[in-house]
Amino acid sequence: MSAAEPQGRRPRRLTIGRIGVYAFLATSALFFLLPLWIMIVTSLKPMEEIRLGNILALPAAMTFDAWIKAWSSACTGLECNGISVGFWNSVRILIPSVILSIIAGAVNGYALSFWRVKGANVMFGILLLGAFIPYQVFLYPLVRIFSMTGVYNSLLCIVLVHVIFGLPTMTLLFRNYYAGLPLELFKAARIDGGGFWSIFFRVILPMSTPIIVVAAILQVTGIWNDFIFGLTFAGRQNLPMTVQLNNIVNSTQGERAYNVDMAATMLAALVPLVVYFVSGRWFVRGIAAGAVKG
Amino acid sequence: MRTRLPAAIALLPTALIVLVVYIGCMLWTVRLSFTSSTLLPKLDWFGVTQYTRLFANDRFVTSAENIFIFGVLFISGCLIIGFLLAVFIDQNVRGEGIFRTIFLYPFSMSFVVTGVAWQWFLNPGLGLQKLVRDMGFETFTFDWIVNQRMAIYTIVIAGLWHGSGLTMAILLAGLRGVDKDLWKAAKIDGIPTWRVYTSVVLPLLRPMVVTAVVLLATGVVKLYDLVVAMTLGGPGIATEVPAKFVMDHLFERNNIGLGTAAATIMLITVVIVLAPWVYVRYVRPQGSHA
Repeated sequence: MSAAEPQGRRPRRLTIGRIGVYAFLATSALFFLLPLWIMIVTSLKPMEEIRLGNILALPAAMTFDAWIKAWSSACTGLECNGISVGFWNSVRILIPSVILSIIAGAVNGYALSFWRVKGANVMFGILLLGAFIPYQVFLYPLVRIFSMTGVYNSLLCIVLVHVIFGLPTMTLLFRNYYAGLPLELFKAARIDGGGFWSIFFRVILPMSTPIIVVAAILQVTGIWNDFIFGLTFAGRQNLPMTVQLNNIVNSTQGERAYNVDMAATMLAALVPLVVYFVSGRWFVRGIAAGAVKG
Repeated sequence: MRTRLPAAIALLPTALIVLVVYIGCMLWTVRLSFTSSTLLPKLDWFGVTQYTRLFANDRFVTSAENIFIFGVLFISGCLIIGFLLAVFIDQNVRGEGIFRTIFLYPFSMSFVVTGVAWQWFLNPGLGLQKLVRDMGFETFTFDWIVNQRMAIYTIVIAGLWHGSGLTMAILLAGLRGVDKDLWKAAKIDGIPTWRVYTSVVLPLLRPMVVTAVVLLATGVVKLYDLVVAMTLGGPGIATEVPAKFVMDHLFERNNIGLGTAAATIMLITVVIVLAPWVYVRYVRPQGSHA
Protein backbone atom coordinates (compact mmCIF):
# COMPACT_ATOMS: atom_id res chain seq x y z
CA MET A 1 0.00 0.00 0.00
CA SER A 2 1.93 3.04 -1.14
CA ALA A 3 0.67 6.28 0.28
CA ALA A 4 1.92 8.68 -2.35
CA GLU A 5 -1.19 10.82 -2.35
CA PRO A 6 -1.06 14.48 -3.19
CA GLN A 7 -1.23 16.28 0.09
CA GLY A 8 -2.78 19.54 1.07
CA ARG A 9 -4.20 22.45 -0.72
CA ARG A 10 -5.50 21.54 -4.14
CA PRO A 11 -7.67 18.45 -3.98
CA ARG A 12 -9.81 19.32 -6.97
CA ARG A 13 -8.66 16.78 -9.52
CA LEU A 14 -9.44 13.14 -9.01
CA THR A 15 -6.17 11.25 -9.09
CA ILE A 16 -5.33 7.61 -8.36
CA GLY A 17 -4.04 8.75 -4.98
CA ARG A 18 -7.31 10.49 -4.10
CA ILE A 19 -9.26 7.40 -5.06
CA GLY A 20 -6.95 5.36 -2.86
CA VAL A 21 -7.55 7.68 0.07
CA TYR A 22 -11.31 7.41 -0.23
CA ALA A 23 -11.17 3.67 -0.82
CA PHE A 24 -9.17 3.17 2.36
CA LEU A 25 -11.47 5.38 4.41
CA ALA A 26 -14.61 3.80 3.02
CA THR A 27 -13.36 0.26 3.66
CA SER A 28 -12.40 1.17 7.19
CA ALA A 29 -15.77 2.82 7.74
CA LEU A 30 -17.48 -0.38 6.62
CA PHE A 31 -15.46 -2.40 9.11
CA PHE A 32 -16.41 -0.06 11.93
CA LEU A 33 -20.07 -0.02 10.97
CA LEU A 34 -20.38 -3.75 10.40
CA PRO A 35 -21.21 -4.82 13.99
CA LEU A 36 -23.77 -2.03 14.36
CA TRP A 37 -25.42 -3.01 11.07
CA ILE A 38 -25.53 -6.66 12.11
CA MET A 39 -27.01 -5.78 15.50
CA ILE A 40 -29.74 -3.66 13.93
CA VAL A 41 -30.80 -6.11 11.21
CA THR A 42 -30.66 -9.09 13.58
CA SER A 43 -32.83 -7.32 16.13
CA LEU A 44 -35.49 -6.78 13.45
CA LYS A 45 -35.66 -10.38 12.21
CA PRO A 46 -37.80 -13.24 13.48
CA MET A 47 -35.81 -16.27 14.73
CA GLU A 48 -36.61 -18.49 11.70
CA GLU A 49 -35.00 -15.95 9.45
CA ILE A 50 -31.93 -15.74 11.66
CA ARG A 51 -31.46 -19.52 11.70
CA LEU A 52 -31.54 -19.77 7.93
CA GLY A 53 -30.58 -16.40 6.70
CA ASN A 54 -27.64 -14.26 5.86
CA ILE A 55 -26.35 -12.30 8.85
CA LEU A 56 -25.88 -9.15 6.75
CA ALA A 57 -29.18 -9.25 4.90
CA LEU A 58 -32.03 -6.89 5.58
CA PRO A 59 -34.94 -8.54 7.38
CA ALA A 60 -37.45 -10.03 4.95
CA ALA A 61 -40.26 -9.89 7.48
CA MET A 62 -39.36 -6.93 9.63
CA THR A 63 -40.72 -7.03 13.17
CA PHE A 64 -40.22 -5.07 16.36
CA ASP A 65 -41.24 -8.02 18.53
CA ALA A 66 -37.67 -8.61 19.70
CA TRP A 67 -37.36 -5.00 20.84
CA ILE A 68 -40.60 -5.19 22.78
CA LYS A 69 -39.57 -8.49 24.34
CA ALA A 70 -36.08 -7.21 25.18
CA TRP A 71 -37.51 -4.13 26.82
CA SER A 72 -40.29 -5.67 28.85
CA SER A 73 -40.15 -9.45 29.14
CA ALA A 74 -36.69 -10.91 28.47
CA CYS A 75 -35.32 -13.02 31.33
CA THR A 76 -32.33 -11.72 33.24
CA GLY A 77 -31.64 -14.76 35.35
CA LEU A 78 -34.72 -15.66 37.37
CA GLU A 79 -36.81 -12.62 36.65
CA CYS A 80 -38.40 -11.89 33.31
CA ASN A 81 -39.18 -8.19 33.29
CA GLY A 82 -36.89 -7.21 30.46
CA ILE A 83 -33.98 -4.85 30.32
CA SER A 84 -36.17 -1.86 31.20
CA VAL A 85 -35.55 -2.73 34.86
CA GLY A 86 -31.83 -2.29 34.26
CA PHE A 87 -32.41 0.87 32.28
CA TRP A 88 -34.20 2.57 35.16
CA ASN A 89 -31.64 1.22 37.64
CA SER A 90 -28.88 2.75 35.53
CA VAL A 91 -30.74 6.07 35.48
CA ARG A 92 -31.15 6.00 39.26
CA ILE A 93 -27.46 5.21 39.71
CA LEU A 94 -26.33 7.69 37.07
CA ILE A 95 -27.99 10.91 38.21
CA PRO A 96 -26.72 11.14 41.81
CA SER A 97 -23.31 9.69 40.86
CA VAL A 98 -22.70 12.25 38.13
CA ILE A 99 -23.91 15.20 40.19
CA LEU A 100 -21.94 14.23 43.29
CA SER A 101 -18.72 13.46 41.44
CA ILE A 102 -18.84 16.77 39.56
CA ILE A 103 -19.40 18.67 42.81
CA ALA A 104 -16.54 16.79 44.45
CA GLY A 105 -14.24 17.42 41.49
CA ALA A 106 -15.09 21.12 41.29
CA VAL A 107 -14.59 21.77 45.00
CA ASN A 108 -11.36 19.75 45.09
CA GLY A 109 -9.98 21.38 41.95
CA TYR A 110 -10.83 24.83 43.28
CA ALA A 111 -9.29 24.18 46.71
CA LEU A 112 -6.18 22.68 45.13
CA SER A 113 -5.50 25.43 42.61
CA PHE A 114 -6.29 28.55 44.61
CA TRP A 115 -5.79 27.70 48.29
CA ARG A 116 -2.49 26.45 49.52
CA VAL A 117 -3.51 23.80 51.97
CA LYS A 118 -0.69 21.88 53.63
CA GLY A 119 -0.31 18.36 52.35
CA ALA A 120 -2.93 18.86 49.65
CA ASN A 121 -0.47 18.16 46.86
CA VAL A 122 0.68 14.93 48.46
CA MET A 123 -2.94 13.87 48.72
CA PHE A 124 -3.52 14.77 45.09
CA GLY A 125 -0.42 12.85 44.02
CA ILE A 126 -1.55 9.69 45.79
CA LEU A 127 -5.03 10.09 44.33
CA LEU A 128 -3.62 10.29 40.80
CA LEU A 129 -1.39 7.27 41.29
CA GLY A 130 -4.37 5.43 42.73
CA ALA A 131 -6.17 6.03 39.45
CA PHE A 132 -3.78 3.70 37.66
CA ILE A 133 -4.08 0.86 40.13
CA PRO A 134 -6.45 -1.90 39.00
CA TYR A 135 -9.82 -1.88 40.75
CA GLN A 136 -9.33 -5.50 41.82
CA VAL A 137 -6.79 -4.28 44.37
CA PHE A 138 -9.45 -2.27 46.24
CA LEU A 139 -12.61 -4.28 45.74
CA TYR A 140 -12.56 -6.88 48.47
CA PRO A 141 -11.67 -4.61 51.41
CA LEU A 142 -14.19 -2.09 50.10
CA VAL A 143 -16.91 -4.74 50.12
CA ARG A 144 -15.96 -5.53 53.75
CA ILE A 145 -16.09 -1.86 54.77
CA PHE A 146 -19.48 -1.39 53.15
CA SER A 147 -20.87 -4.57 54.74
CA MET A 148 -19.65 -3.52 58.16
CA THR A 149 -21.32 -0.13 57.82
CA GLY A 150 -24.50 -1.69 56.44
CA VAL A 151 -24.63 0.14 53.12
CA TYR A 152 -23.45 -2.80 50.98
CA ASN A 153 -25.71 -3.79 48.07
CA SER A 154 -27.67 -0.56 47.97
CA LEU A 155 -28.12 2.40 45.69
CA LEU A 156 -26.11 4.51 48.12
CA CYS A 157 -23.27 1.99 47.97
CA ILE A 158 -22.94 1.98 44.19
CA VAL A 159 -23.22 5.78 44.03
CA LEU A 160 -20.45 6.14 46.62
CA VAL A 161 -18.24 3.75 44.64
CA HIS A 162 -18.70 5.77 41.45
CA VAL A 163 -17.89 8.99 43.29
CA ILE A 164 -14.82 7.46 44.96
CA PHE A 165 -13.33 6.08 41.75
CA GLY A 166 -14.32 9.16 39.77
CA LEU A 167 -12.40 11.41 42.16
CA PRO A 168 -8.97 11.30 40.45
CA THR A 169 -10.23 12.24 36.97
CA MET A 170 -12.75 14.78 38.20
CA THR A 171 -10.28 16.47 40.52
CA LEU A 172 -7.60 16.57 37.83
CA LEU A 173 -10.02 17.92 35.24
CA PHE A 174 -11.17 20.83 37.39
CA ARG A 175 -7.73 21.49 38.83
CA ASN A 176 -6.22 21.86 35.35
CA TYR A 177 -9.09 24.05 34.20
CA TYR A 178 -8.85 26.34 37.22
CA ALA A 179 -5.08 26.53 36.85
CA GLY A 180 -5.77 28.17 33.49
CA LEU A 181 -7.94 30.92 35.00
CA PRO A 182 -6.17 34.22 35.79
CA LEU A 183 -4.99 34.33 39.39
CA GLU A 184 -5.69 38.10 39.53
CA LEU A 185 -9.37 37.28 39.46
CA PHE A 186 -9.01 35.26 42.62
CA LYS A 187 -6.80 37.88 44.27
CA ALA A 188 -9.29 40.63 43.52
CA ALA A 189 -12.06 38.58 45.06
CA ARG A 190 -9.89 38.03 48.13
CA ILE A 191 -9.26 41.77 48.48
CA ASP A 192 -12.99 42.33 48.26
CA GLY A 193 -13.24 40.12 51.30
CA GLY A 194 -14.52 36.94 49.65
CA GLY A 195 -14.17 33.73 51.62
CA PHE A 196 -13.66 30.16 50.40
CA TRP A 197 -17.27 29.42 49.53
CA SER A 198 -18.37 32.87 48.43
CA ILE A 199 -15.54 33.07 45.87
CA PHE A 200 -16.37 29.56 44.71
CA PHE A 201 -20.05 30.25 44.18
CA ARG A 202 -19.84 33.83 42.91
CA VAL A 203 -16.65 33.86 40.85
CA ILE A 204 -15.39 30.40 40.04
CA LEU A 205 -18.53 28.35 39.47
CA PRO A 206 -20.08 30.78 36.97
CA MET A 207 -16.93 30.42 34.85
CA SER A 208 -16.95 26.63 34.99
CA THR A 209 -19.65 25.73 32.46
CA PRO A 210 -17.31 24.38 29.73
CA ILE A 211 -15.46 22.06 32.07
CA ILE A 212 -18.67 20.92 33.75
CA VAL A 213 -19.96 19.86 30.33
CA VAL A 214 -16.77 17.88 29.66
CA ALA A 215 -16.92 16.30 33.12
CA ALA A 216 -20.57 15.41 32.68
CA ILE A 217 -19.97 13.68 29.32
CA LEU A 218 -17.05 11.74 30.77
CA GLN A 219 -19.00 10.61 33.84
CA VAL A 220 -22.30 9.89 32.10
CA THR A 221 -20.72 7.57 29.54
CA GLY A 222 -18.31 6.07 32.07
CA ILE A 223 -20.94 5.33 34.70
CA TRP A 224 -23.54 4.14 32.20
CA ASN A 225 -21.03 1.71 30.69
CA ASP A 226 -19.73 0.44 34.04
CA PHE A 227 -20.07 -3.27 34.64
CA ILE A 228 -17.71 -4.32 37.42
CA PHE A 229 -18.91 -1.87 40.10
CA GLY A 230 -22.56 -2.51 39.35
CA LEU A 231 -21.97 -6.22 39.56
CA THR A 232 -20.07 -5.98 42.84
CA PHE A 233 -21.77 -3.21 44.80
CA ALA A 234 -25.26 -2.45 43.51
CA GLY A 235 -27.09 -5.47 44.89
CA ARG A 236 -29.70 -7.57 43.10
CA GLN A 237 -32.34 -4.84 43.25
CA ASN A 238 -30.21 -2.18 41.57
CA LEU A 239 -28.26 -4.01 38.86
CA PRO A 240 -27.39 -1.58 36.06
CA MET A 241 -28.29 -2.17 32.43
CA THR A 242 -24.88 -3.57 31.45
CA VAL A 243 -25.12 -6.33 34.05
CA GLN A 244 -28.68 -7.14 33.04
CA LEU A 245 -27.68 -7.28 29.39
CA ASN A 246 -24.91 -9.72 30.20
CA ASN A 247 -27.36 -11.82 32.20
CA ILE A 248 -29.84 -11.91 29.32
CA VAL A 249 -27.17 -12.99 26.86
CA ASN A 250 -25.16 -15.38 28.98
CA SER A 251 -27.72 -17.12 31.15
CA THR A 252 -30.18 -18.31 28.54
CA GLN A 253 -31.17 -21.97 28.69
CA GLY A 254 -31.83 -23.74 25.40
CA GLU A 255 -31.75 -21.89 22.12
CA ARG A 256 -30.72 -18.29 22.37
CA ALA A 257 -33.06 -15.67 21.05
CA TYR A 258 -30.45 -13.75 19.08
CA ASN A 259 -32.90 -11.12 17.94
CA VAL A 260 -33.88 -10.35 21.54
CA ASP A 261 -30.19 -10.34 22.55
CA MET A 262 -29.36 -7.83 19.82
CA ALA A 263 -32.35 -5.63 20.62
CA ALA A 264 -31.30 -5.60 24.28
CA THR A 265 -27.75 -4.75 23.21
CA MET A 266 -28.97 -1.86 21.08
CA LEU A 267 -31.07 -0.58 23.96
CA ALA A 268 -28.07 -0.72 26.30
CA ALA A 269 -25.94 1.15 23.76
CA LEU A 270 -28.50 3.86 23.10
CA VAL A 271 -27.71 6.30 25.90
CA PRO A 272 -23.94 6.52 25.31
CA LEU A 273 -24.51 6.69 21.55
CA VAL A 274 -26.92 9.60 21.95
CA VAL A 275 -24.47 11.37 24.27
CA TYR A 276 -21.74 10.79 21.70
CA PHE A 277 -23.69 12.05 18.72
CA VAL A 278 -25.10 15.05 20.54
CA SER A 279 -21.87 16.14 22.21
CA GLY A 280 -19.54 15.52 19.25
CA ARG A 281 -16.23 17.27 19.79
CA TRP A 282 -16.86 17.74 23.49
CA PHE A 283 -16.79 13.99 23.83
CA VAL A 284 -13.29 13.78 22.37
CA ARG A 285 -12.18 16.68 24.53
CA GLY A 286 -13.51 14.90 27.60
CA ILE A 287 -11.73 11.68 26.76
CA ALA A 288 -8.48 13.49 26.01
CA ALA A 289 -8.76 15.41 29.28
CA GLY A 290 -9.39 12.18 31.13
CA ALA A 291 -6.47 10.65 29.30
CA VAL A 292 -3.94 12.12 31.65
CA LYS A 293 -5.44 9.87 34.27
CA GLY A 294 -6.45 7.08 31.94
CA MET B 1 -3.78 30.28 58.22
CA ARG B 2 -7.26 30.65 59.63
CA THR B 3 -8.58 31.76 56.24
CA ARG B 4 -7.46 28.45 54.72
CA LEU B 5 -9.46 26.41 57.19
CA PRO B 6 -12.59 26.16 54.98
CA ALA B 7 -10.39 24.94 52.11
CA ALA B 8 -8.85 22.29 54.33
CA ILE B 9 -12.30 21.19 55.50
CA ALA B 10 -13.49 21.01 51.89
CA LEU B 11 -10.60 18.68 51.05
CA LEU B 12 -11.16 16.51 54.12
CA PRO B 13 -13.61 14.01 52.58
CA THR B 14 -11.21 13.37 49.69
CA ALA B 15 -8.29 13.05 52.10
CA LEU B 16 -10.27 10.46 54.06
CA ILE B 17 -11.09 8.53 50.89
CA VAL B 18 -7.45 8.58 49.83
CA LEU B 19 -6.43 7.31 53.25
CA VAL B 20 -9.10 4.67 53.71
CA VAL B 21 -9.77 3.48 50.16
CA TYR B 22 -6.73 4.19 48.04
CA ILE B 23 -4.11 3.46 50.71
CA GLY B 24 -6.02 1.43 53.30
CA CYS B 25 -7.75 -1.00 50.98
CA MET B 26 -4.59 -1.51 48.95
CA LEU B 27 -2.56 -2.42 52.04
CA TRP B 28 -5.42 -4.60 53.29
CA THR B 29 -5.43 -6.56 50.02
CA VAL B 30 -1.67 -7.00 50.13
CA ARG B 31 -1.90 -8.17 53.75
CA LEU B 32 -4.66 -10.66 52.91
CA SER B 33 -2.49 -12.18 50.20
CA PHE B 34 -0.14 -13.43 52.94
CA THR B 35 -2.92 -15.23 54.81
CA SER B 36 -4.67 -18.56 54.38
CA SER B 37 -8.07 -16.86 53.96
CA THR B 38 -10.64 -18.82 52.01
CA LEU B 39 -14.34 -18.01 52.43
CA LEU B 40 -13.74 -15.53 55.25
CA PRO B 41 -10.73 -13.29 55.71
CA LYS B 42 -8.24 -14.44 58.34
CA LEU B 43 -5.27 -12.54 59.59
CA ASP B 44 -2.82 -15.39 60.11
CA TRP B 45 0.60 -15.53 58.47
CA PHE B 46 0.83 -17.91 55.57
CA GLY B 47 4.09 -16.71 54.07
CA VAL B 48 4.27 -16.70 50.30
CA THR B 49 2.27 -19.91 49.99
CA GLN B 50 -0.54 -18.18 48.06
CA TYR B 51 2.01 -16.88 45.57
CA THR B 52 3.58 -20.28 44.99
CA ARG B 53 0.07 -21.69 44.53
CA LEU B 54 -0.74 -18.85 42.17
CA PHE B 55 2.15 -19.52 39.84
CA ALA B 56 1.40 -23.23 39.88
CA ASN B 57 -2.17 -22.46 38.87
CA ASP B 58 -2.85 -23.07 35.16
CA ARG B 59 -5.70 -20.61 35.10
CA PHE B 60 -3.50 -17.82 36.43
CA VAL B 61 -0.57 -18.61 34.15
CA THR B 62 -2.93 -18.61 31.16
CA SER B 63 -4.41 -15.30 32.38
CA ALA B 64 -0.98 -13.73 32.55
CA GLU B 65 -0.03 -14.97 29.08
CA ASN B 66 -3.34 -13.75 27.68
CA ILE B 67 -3.06 -10.26 29.10
CA PHE B 68 0.43 -10.04 27.64
CA ILE B 69 -0.76 -11.14 24.17
CA PHE B 70 -3.75 -8.83 24.37
CA GLY B 71 -1.72 -5.90 25.68
CA VAL B 72 0.95 -6.04 22.99
CA LEU B 73 -1.43 -6.62 20.07
CA PHE B 74 -4.10 -4.21 21.31
CA ILE B 75 -1.77 -1.28 21.95
CA SER B 76 0.35 -1.72 18.81
CA GLY B 77 -2.75 -2.44 16.71
CA CYS B 78 -4.61 0.63 17.95
CA LEU B 79 -1.56 2.80 17.30
CA ILE B 80 -1.08 1.51 13.75
CA ILE B 81 -4.76 1.59 12.75
CA GLY B 82 -5.32 4.88 14.58
CA PHE B 83 -2.32 6.49 12.88
CA LEU B 84 -3.35 5.28 9.42
CA LEU B 85 -6.92 6.52 9.90
CA ALA B 86 -5.69 9.88 11.19
CA VAL B 87 -3.27 10.34 8.29
CA PHE B 88 -5.88 9.44 5.69
CA ILE B 89 -8.51 11.68 7.26
CA ASP B 90 -5.95 14.47 7.28
CA GLN B 91 -5.78 14.48 3.43
CA ASN B 92 -8.42 17.19 3.07
CA VAL B 93 -11.15 14.66 2.44
CA ARG B 94 -14.81 15.40 1.99
CA GLY B 95 -17.06 14.15 4.77
CA GLU B 96 -14.26 14.24 7.29
CA GLY B 97 -16.72 14.67 10.13
CA ILE B 98 -18.68 11.60 9.07
CA PHE B 99 -15.57 9.42 8.93
CA ARG B 100 -14.39 10.65 12.32
CA THR B 101 -17.80 9.94 13.82
CA ILE B 102 -17.88 6.42 12.38
CA PHE B 103 -14.38 5.52 13.58
CA LEU B 104 -14.93 6.75 17.11
CA TYR B 105 -18.51 5.71 17.89
CA PRO B 106 -17.55 2.21 19.18
CA PHE B 107 -15.55 3.87 21.93
CA SER B 108 -18.68 5.38 23.43
CA MET B 109 -20.27 1.96 23.89
CA SER B 110 -19.67 -0.36 26.82
CA PHE B 111 -17.45 -3.43 26.65
CA VAL B 112 -20.48 -5.58 27.37
CA VAL B 113 -22.20 -4.24 24.27
CA THR B 114 -18.98 -4.64 22.26
CA GLY B 115 -18.49 -8.19 23.48
CA VAL B 116 -22.05 -9.27 22.75
CA ALA B 117 -21.97 -7.74 19.27
CA TRP B 118 -18.74 -9.46 18.30
CA GLN B 119 -19.72 -12.74 19.89
CA TRP B 120 -22.71 -12.74 17.58
CA PHE B 121 -20.78 -11.79 14.46
CA LEU B 122 -18.07 -14.41 15.11
CA ASN B 123 -20.50 -17.19 16.01
CA PRO B 124 -19.33 -19.97 13.64
CA GLY B 125 -22.79 -21.42 13.11
CA LEU B 126 -24.60 -18.24 12.13
CA GLY B 127 -22.08 -15.45 11.73
CA LEU B 128 -19.12 -14.66 9.52
CA GLN B 129 -18.19 -18.31 8.82
CA LYS B 130 -21.69 -19.17 7.63
CA LEU B 131 -21.85 -15.99 5.59
CA VAL B 132 -18.71 -16.81 3.62
CA ARG B 133 -19.72 -20.47 3.24
CA ASP B 134 -23.11 -19.42 1.87
CA MET B 135 -21.29 -17.34 -0.72
CA GLY B 136 -19.89 -20.59 -2.08
CA PHE B 137 -16.65 -21.06 -0.18
CA GLU B 138 -17.82 -24.18 1.57
CA THR B 139 -14.59 -25.08 3.30
CA PHE B 140 -14.08 -21.60 4.74
CA THR B 141 -13.40 -21.82 8.44
CA PHE B 142 -13.33 -18.98 10.93
CA ASP B 143 -14.05 -20.53 14.28
CA TRP B 144 -11.51 -18.62 16.37
CA ILE B 145 -14.01 -17.78 19.08
CA VAL B 146 -14.56 -21.47 19.90
CA ASN B 147 -10.96 -22.47 19.20
CA GLN B 148 -8.78 -22.83 22.32
CA ARG B 149 -5.67 -21.52 20.62
CA MET B 150 -7.25 -18.61 18.74
CA ALA B 151 -10.02 -17.31 21.01
CA ILE B 152 -7.85 -14.66 22.67
CA TYR B 153 -7.29 -13.07 19.25
CA THR B 154 -11.02 -12.54 18.82
CA ILE B 155 -10.90 -10.51 22.03
CA VAL B 156 -8.09 -8.48 20.44
CA ILE B 157 -10.23 -7.87 17.31
CA ALA B 158 -13.15 -6.61 19.39
CA GLY B 159 -10.73 -4.49 21.43
CA LEU B 160 -9.27 -2.92 18.29
CA TRP B 161 -12.74 -2.14 17.00
CA HIS B 162 -13.51 -0.43 20.31
CA GLY B 163 -10.25 1.46 20.79
CA SER B 164 -8.67 2.41 17.44
CA GLY B 165 -10.97 5.36 16.91
CA LEU B 166 -9.79 6.90 20.14
CA THR B 167 -6.18 6.70 19.01
CA MET B 168 -7.23 8.21 15.71
CA ALA B 169 -8.91 11.15 17.48
CA ILE B 170 -5.88 11.84 19.66
CA LEU B 171 -3.38 11.59 16.79
CA LEU B 172 -5.57 13.64 14.45
CA ALA B 173 -5.58 16.45 17.02
CA GLY B 174 -1.80 16.18 16.98
CA LEU B 175 -1.59 16.24 13.17
CA ARG B 176 -3.67 19.39 13.11
CA GLY B 177 -1.13 21.02 15.37
CA VAL B 178 1.76 20.40 12.96
CA ASP B 179 3.12 23.62 11.46
CA LYS B 180 1.82 24.25 7.91
CA ASP B 181 5.20 25.64 6.85
CA LEU B 182 6.71 22.25 7.48
CA TRP B 183 4.56 20.82 4.72
CA LYS B 184 5.49 23.62 2.33
CA ALA B 185 9.18 23.11 3.04
CA ALA B 186 8.89 19.37 2.48
CA LYS B 187 7.03 19.95 -0.78
CA ILE B 188 9.66 22.36 -2.06
CA ASP B 189 12.36 19.83 -1.22
CA GLY B 190 10.36 17.20 -3.09
CA ILE B 191 10.18 14.80 -0.17
CA PRO B 192 7.45 12.15 -0.62
CA THR B 193 4.48 12.59 1.66
CA TRP B 194 4.85 9.24 3.37
CA ARG B 195 8.48 10.06 4.24
CA VAL B 196 7.40 13.32 5.85
CA TYR B 197 4.84 11.44 7.92
CA THR B 198 7.21 8.73 9.13
CA SER B 199 10.38 10.77 9.61
CA VAL B 200 9.15 14.23 10.60
CA VAL B 201 5.54 14.19 11.71
CA LEU B 202 5.54 10.99 13.74
CA PRO B 203 8.38 12.12 16.02
CA LEU B 204 6.53 15.42 16.52
CA LEU B 205 3.48 13.48 17.64
CA ARG B 206 5.31 11.76 20.48
CA PRO B 207 3.35 13.43 23.31
CA MET B 208 0.10 12.35 21.65
CA VAL B 209 1.39 8.81 21.18
CA VAL B 210 2.36 8.67 24.86
CA THR B 211 -1.10 9.89 25.88
CA ALA B 212 -2.72 7.25 23.70
CA VAL B 213 -0.49 4.49 25.03
CA VAL B 214 -1.20 5.44 28.65
CA LEU B 215 -4.94 5.45 27.96
CA LEU B 216 -4.85 2.14 26.08
CA ALA B 217 -2.64 0.53 28.71
CA THR B 218 -5.10 1.32 31.49
CA GLY B 219 -7.74 -0.30 29.32
CA VAL B 220 -5.57 -3.43 29.08
CA VAL B 221 -5.26 -3.71 32.86
CA LYS B 222 -9.01 -3.32 33.25
CA LEU B 223 -9.84 -5.96 30.62
CA TYR B 224 -12.71 -7.86 32.20
CA ASP B 225 -16.19 -6.95 30.91
CA LEU B 226 -15.24 -7.62 27.30
CA VAL B 227 -14.08 -11.14 28.13
CA VAL B 228 -17.10 -11.86 30.32
CA ALA B 229 -19.52 -10.73 27.62
CA MET B 230 -17.70 -12.34 24.72
CA THR B 231 -16.36 -15.71 25.87
CA LEU B 232 -16.84 -15.97 29.67
CA GLY B 233 -13.15 -16.88 29.75
CA GLY B 234 -13.67 -19.88 27.50
CA PRO B 235 -13.47 -22.12 25.63
CA GLY B 236 -12.09 -23.88 28.69
CA ILE B 237 -9.78 -21.32 30.24
CA ALA B 238 -8.49 -20.04 26.89
CA THR B 239 -9.46 -16.39 27.37
CA GLU B 240 -9.06 -15.96 31.11
CA VAL B 241 -7.49 -12.65 32.19
CA PRO B 242 -6.05 -11.55 35.55
CA ALA B 243 -8.91 -9.20 36.44
CA LYS B 244 -11.34 -12.04 35.92
CA PHE B 245 -9.17 -14.46 37.90
CA VAL B 246 -9.25 -12.07 40.87
CA MET B 247 -13.00 -11.44 40.63
CA ASP B 248 -13.81 -15.14 40.36
CA HIS B 249 -11.64 -16.11 43.31
CA LEU B 250 -12.83 -13.29 45.56
CA PHE B 251 -16.54 -13.46 44.90
CA GLU B 252 -17.38 -16.89 43.52
CA ARG B 253 -14.74 -19.41 44.40
CA ASN B 254 -14.31 -18.16 47.97
CA ASN B 255 -10.55 -18.17 47.84
CA ILE B 256 -9.68 -14.77 49.21
CA GLY B 257 -6.03 -15.60 49.83
CA LEU B 258 -5.41 -16.64 46.24
CA GLY B 259 -7.55 -13.83 44.82
CA THR B 260 -5.75 -11.11 46.76
CA ALA B 261 -2.39 -12.62 45.83
CA ALA B 262 -3.34 -12.33 42.15
CA ALA B 263 -4.54 -8.75 42.77
CA THR B 264 -1.20 -7.96 44.39
CA ILE B 265 0.65 -9.32 41.35
CA MET B 266 -1.49 -7.03 39.17
CA LEU B 267 -0.58 -4.13 41.44
CA ILE B 268 3.14 -4.88 41.26
CA THR B 269 3.02 -5.22 37.46
CA VAL B 270 1.26 -1.89 37.07
CA VAL B 271 3.75 -0.17 39.36
CA ILE B 272 6.66 -1.62 37.37
CA VAL B 273 5.11 -0.50 34.08
CA LEU B 274 4.21 2.89 35.51
CA ALA B 275 7.65 3.60 36.96
CA PRO B 276 9.39 4.40 33.65
CA TRP B 277 6.52 6.68 32.61
CA VAL B 278 6.60 8.58 35.91
CA TYR B 279 10.37 8.80 35.58
CA VAL B 280 10.30 10.14 32.02
CA ARG B 281 7.51 12.54 32.68
CA TYR B 282 8.21 13.87 36.15
CA VAL B 283 11.75 13.02 37.18
CA ARG B 284 13.96 13.38 34.12
CA PRO B 285 12.75 16.77 32.81
CA GLN B 286 14.32 18.46 35.83
CA GLY B 287 17.73 17.55 34.43
CA SER B 288 18.76 18.36 30.90
CA HIS B 289 15.94 17.82 28.48
CA ALA B 290 16.68 17.00 24.88
